[in-house]
Amino acid sequence: MVEFATALLAVAAAFVSFGVVALYRVFAGPTIHDRVIAVNVAGTNTVIAIALVAAAFEESTFLDVALVYALLNFLLSIAFSKFNVEHGGVL
Amino acid sequence: MTPVEWAIVALAALGAFFGAVAAIGIVRMPDIYTRAHAASKSDTLGAVLTIAAVALALESGLSTIKAVLLVVFMFLTNPTAAHAIARAAEDQGIEPWTTDEEGER
Repeated sequence: MVEFATALLAVAAAFVSFGVVALYRVFAGPTIHDRVIAVNVAGTNTVIAIALVAAAFEESTFLDVALVYALLNFLLSIAFSKFNVEHGGVL
Repeated sequence: MTPVEWAIVALAALGAFFGAVAAIGIVRMPDIYTRAHAASKSDTLGAVLTIAAVALALESGLSTIKAVLLVVFMFLTNPTAAHAIARAAEDQGIEPWTTDEEGER
């Protein structure tokens, strides 16, 4: 069972490194929309990493943190695109 | 290892593969619309597969329900956010990337 939790933590570490790779686009993106897309991807990878840590440590309360983080991530993307559109909404 | 643990490892590995595809696409794609494509599709599939592995790995009923809720929520919100960002970019007049005028970029 120990090496099984280690495998889940290794996948979590892989998702954290993918989020760090996506941060390159946050620095180098030509437009604001590239940066928002990359921040969205990094936030999604953070949610996945939190859920994997919850499964590895058998702590189901971490899933509440993941749910709230996913909600905040969605609201950030909608708020930024709403800020950039004049009228009529973005959805 | 039991078959359930094999299923968990296989789902987590597939999810990590699609997460890698999303990370490569967000760095290597040429413009905002193709980056939104890579982010919305590959990253959503990787998230859903990996959180399905989490839902299998957690034993008790309530935490499995929470993980399934997280899957449904992410399946709804992630493409919606990418759509909103791409629509805001189109509203600001950002041209899609083509090979017509600038040749091999």
